[in-house]
Amino acid sequence: MPKANLSKDEVKAMLILACERVIAAEPMLSQADRDLGDGDHGMGMERGMRAAKDKLEAAEPESIEKAFSSVGMAMMSSMGGASGAIFGTFFRNGGKALAGKETFDAAGLAAFLQAGLDGVKQRGGAAVGDKTCVDAMEPAAVKGAEVAAQSLPEAMTAVAAAAEAGKEASKAMVAKFGRAKTLGEACIGFPDAGACSVVVILTAFRDFIVA
Amino acid sequence: MSNANPAKKIINNPLKCADELFEGLVLAYDGKARRVGTRSIVMNDLRPDAPALLVGGGAGHEPIYHGLVGKGMADGAAVGEIFAAPPPDIVLEAAQAVNRGKGVLFLYGNYAGDVMNFDIGAELAADEGITVKTVIIADDVCSAPPAEKHKRRGVAGLVPITKLAGAAAQTVDSLDELARIAQKACDNTRTVGVSTKPGSIPATGKPTFELADDVIGLGMGIHGEKGVGLIPMCTADELAAKILDLLFADDLELKSGDEIVFFVNSLGSTHMMELLILLRGAKPILEARGIKIHQTIVDNIVTCQEMAGVSFSITKLDAELKKLWDMPCESVGYTKL
Repeated sequence: MPKANLSKDEVKAMLILACERVIAAEPMLSQADRDLGDGDHGMGMERGMRAAKDKLEAAEPESIEKAFSSVGMAMMSSMGGASGAIFGTFFRNGGKALAGKETFDAAGLAAFLQAGLDGVKQRGGAAVGDKTCVDAMEPAAVKGAEVAAQSLPEAMTAVAAAAEAGKEASKAMVAKFGRAKTLGEACIGFPDAGACSVVVILTAFRDFIVA
Repeated sequence: MSNANPAKKIINNPLKCADELFEGLVLAYDGKARRVGTRSIVMNDLRPDAPALLVGGGAGHEPIYHGLVGKGMADGAAVGEIFAAPPPDIVLEAAQAVNRGKGVLFLYGNYAGDVMNFDIGAELAADEGITVKTVIIADDVCSAPPAEKHKRRGVAGLVPITKLAGAAAQTVDSLDELARIAQKACDNTRTVGVSTKPGSIPATGKPTFELADDVIGLGMGIHGEKGVGLIPMCTADELAAKILDLLFADDLELKSGDEIVFFVNSLGSTHMMELLILLRGAKPILEARGIKIHQTIVDNIVTCQEMAGVSFSITKLDAELKKLWDMPCESVGYTKL
């Protein structure tokens, strides 16, 4: 049955599911990254999400905010590289927007996505169209704001779909960051690996909430 | 059965290379440097009350960056995973260990991951009351035009730049002064690299890029980033001339009478024999322009596994930089008597 608003324990379980999904998606994410001339994104994300899962399972998070931000800190510390800084910032800054919240609802989802996106854009300097994770994060955040008054299952379903559409749109883009930048038009036809990771994470959130 | 280790790397565990090479590096310092925190190396016996020089970057390019820690070189280094920037908490641990109350200069190559993680590390250090300044090395001429220097990657020029900044860290008393000299060393340094064969990723054995057998990638970066084009295989003399042409075409404005450090670097598996033949080809071209080599370095310092290729770096010395250059230094990666 779809879940209404999530308790702290449910948020923890949802985040653990997202970690497991990213770990399982390592071969797909690595291949996506190799298609764009690099290849370490999948292994980095797997390393980060293993560390995040260990942290979540080791101790009861103090709050919903801390559950999200602890994922960010674990990713940042264990991954390094651009992905560690970007995804760590996404969860850490997104989590801060949930300070004081005792349940996770559609408005909280919107706040999380927007704050996470703002942090990522400020840190990395990428915008929509640059063929980065922002191409999935920003449509998700825009959709999240639109559906913030709806039920959490409805909102999460719409947000996951927006992220997926954003990832698909990244296929047509020429990269402006990272190794893929050096490929020029040769990278057209492949989605950005970071955008693929965003989709895996938000799809896991949706599956947890809607299931 | 497929070979899981096609590059035949002599390792223990493909996923533990960064940690194990780091442990070996600390041993190679014979007690002159120590491990700090997760994966930082810091010199013992640092000059008291002095500004600190911290370098760092991903592993897999040994002996840089962590092998440039030493007397008259960097005070410490923050070390990442293979080909991945060190995370912010490692940067913080290193910054805390090298800081002697006068602040810390972060000096590293211009890669997105390094910039983000060192910036977060600087924010964490500021929270701990440590003043940080940053100088970013961007010497790779072929990675962006002169008008977009901030987009250039940091490559082999980081060796002479770290040497000059390391000498400055032995003599100056303020972080501002250390940052000024490091920035001047960057402004006076240019590099052009070429590649003939890729290295491989230790964890997967896969090549870092593809290149046909009969071509040379002109201007390629140390991870195989695309350069300015492919040329047919050629002689060492022809290649030396082509690399120097690209260096002269940039905006360093070398003129007759200038004194330089000339660094011929192997990207990994290119042999000293080839480096020396290239040096022989380059020297008369520099001489014909009246450029005087104050110091030649021919070595294997900025690498990417068994990648084959070479880079030429030129650092133009003014009176201040020349004096700093002539100070001795000692590190695993580069030693000058």
